[in-house]
Amino acid sequence: MKVHEYQAKEILARFGVAVPRGRVAFTPEEAKAIARELGGRVVVKAQVHAGGRGKAGGVKLASSPEEAAQVAGQILGMKLVSVQTGPEGKLVRKVLVEEALPIARELYLGVVLDRSRGLPVMMVSAFGGMEIEEIAREHPEAILKEHFDPILGLRPFQARKLGFALGLSGNTFKEFVAFAQALARAYNETDASLAEINPLLVTADGRVLALDAKMNFDDNALSRHPEIAAMRDVEEEDPFEVEASKYDLNYIKLDGNIGCMVNGAGLAMATMDIIKHYGGSPANFLDVGGGASQERVENAFRILLSDPNVKAVLINIFGGIVRCDMIAAGVVAAARNLEVRLPIVVRLEGTNVEEGRRILAESGLPLHPAGTMAEAAKKVVELAG
Amino acid sequence: MAIWVDENTKVVVQGLTGKEGQFHAARCREYGTKIVAGVTPGKGGQEVDGVPVFDTVEQARKATGCNASLIFVPPLLAADAILEAADAGIELIVCITEGIPAKDEVLVRQALRGTQVRLIGPNCPGIISPGKAKLGIMPAHIHREGSIGVVSRSGTLTYEAVDQLTKLGMGQSTCVGIGGDPVPGTSFVDVLAAFQEDPQTEAVVLIGEIGGTAEEEAAQFVSSRFTKPVVAFIAGQTAPPGRRMGHAGAIIAGGKGTAKEKMEALQAAGIHVVPTPAEIGITMAKVLGRA
Repeated sequence: MKVHEYQAKEILARFGVAVPRGRVAFTPEEAKAIARELGGRVVVKAQVHAGGRGKAGGVKLASSPEEAAQVAGQILGMKLVSVQTGPEGKLVRKVLVEEALPIARELYLGVVLDRSRGLPVMMVSAFGGMEIEEIAREHPEAILKEHFDPILGLRPFQARKLGFALGLSGNTFKEFVAFAQALARAYNETDASLAEINPLLVTADGRVLALDAKMNFDDNALSRHPEIAAMRDVEEEDPFEVEASKYDLNYIKLDGNIGCMVNGAGLAMATMDIIKHYGGSPANFLDVGGGASQERVENAFRILLSDPNVKAVLINIFGGIVRCDMIAAGVVAAARNLEVRLPIVVRLEGTNVEEGRRILAESGLPLHPAGTMAEAAKKVVELAG
Repeated sequence: MAIWVDENTKVVVQGLTGKEGQFHAARCREYGTKIVAGVTPGKGGQEVDGVPVFDTVEQARKATGCNASLIFVPPLLAADAILEAADAGIELIVCITEGIPAKDEVLVRQALRGTQVRLIGPNCPGIISPGKAKLGIMPAHIHREGSIGVVSRSGTLTYEAVDQLTKLGMGQSTCVGIGGDPVPGTSFVDVLAAFQEDPQTEAVVLIGEIGGTAEEEAAQFVSSRFTKPVVAFIAGQTAPPGRRMGHAGAIIAGGKGTAKEKMEALQAAGIHVVPTPAEIGITMAKVLGRA
């Protein structure tokens, strides 16, 4: 799950990570009030679930409360189009109003899970403000890493190693060590999957603060962090995906015209691949799960068909423990209830497949049976036109 | 021969009294697997389909001599179940549970580091040595005993591949589902190393997917230390970056972990990489000169 910058900073502050003073505003008037409270120059930042906000005009400085209200008015309601939003952009519904600080240096600091080592890793670089992927490509030697055990946490000596490598000294060095340890603790204790401070700010007077902050959380652990789960902003998510998540369906919207319904994540990805291989384009990824009961199939159908781009549907089910005749009956009932008129290619394989195919053939619905994945893919690509 | 499970594997099912546990344990027994005990804390003394249930894995081990565990407990309790099995001296732990927090998996991996315990999964269909034993949720009837080793991060996609192999007359030595999570207990390399030593295994089907670098590590192992033919498929060639494709581990993060990178690495290691899953069986038949 993703959260906004202002929410990430709220969470981080609880763990003692230094963040600039500031608050979220939903209107220019609120922005003005916050700016007055903070005093001095402020920065007004669009809050959307996407990066690249600065270049897209979503971050502006203001030197008075009146100016803060004015720039907030410009940013609120804009369609922010950045490299990460896609051409359709994201509507800005709130801004973060924060004290503007004098910048001496911008660094990078982030924590992620290193899958091949099976441990979280803290990464630092002197190239703050650049994407870590870009640094990794262009200056791989400039990224320093420290792996740590979640129980031991990031030890002080590890934080010192990183601080010395960045060439920090004096009070700035001390603040950095405390900052890095607090960030590691926040990552651990919230079951985060990403905690990234980019840039990490060193101020002209030697303080260390999170100028920007990005946190993602492990969906599998949200149930033990209700306060974080409550931060979910469904307005930032695709409406089809929000609907699918209500039924525990794994659905991801894509831009093609062939709706896909598959059991199992690997097979679902492979089905998208084979559609593309035969010249078609999938409209979605959808895993109905191992069970594929009538109710799940019906909900999946409904979500799939609500996408106006869908011209044909491919159902690819490998009935293992679940019998194909039960799946076929579920598909037929769901298609009838929803009065589906689009061509549907159904590929069933596995237990009781003959009986399953018979049920589909006798249904009188616009169902096109297929024997193999290749045959099914070719057929649906043809039908989608 | 086969690897890791056979006729001598004696299994305790953790979570036997739950719906999933009871259903799948019965299917494993039907296949001939020796299910000797169940464990559900607080339900010791009961029986499920004639199998005795114990409060702890330690009691189950003392009473039955079980040497493998099959886990069906809910996600937030699963890490504890794995650690309990390891503590009781169980050597092979197969965890089916999906949805375990990544941090719990990291803690388990740290706890098992340096021990002799083999953890398969979590979030996997399990392991089957056809004709000998099945510890998992895969449909048994699509398998045949034979000489092809199968290792995969996916469930139903593996069934697809196994079904193709069987229909083309190629049976399997052992099929291992290593699971779709970011911190699996067993890697492709672990399974390949075991297949290399297994005289029954003549060739291997490897099914990977986007995310992480496990396939690249497998490619490196194959080019340096694996001598049997390998046919591979990578799912997610059309997956958008930054999105989790069902499995917690199936995500292209920061432009890394794409199917293209993995396919290139596998090809460079001399592996027969197929563009679609429909070609797994037929390609293996060709490689073995049986097409």
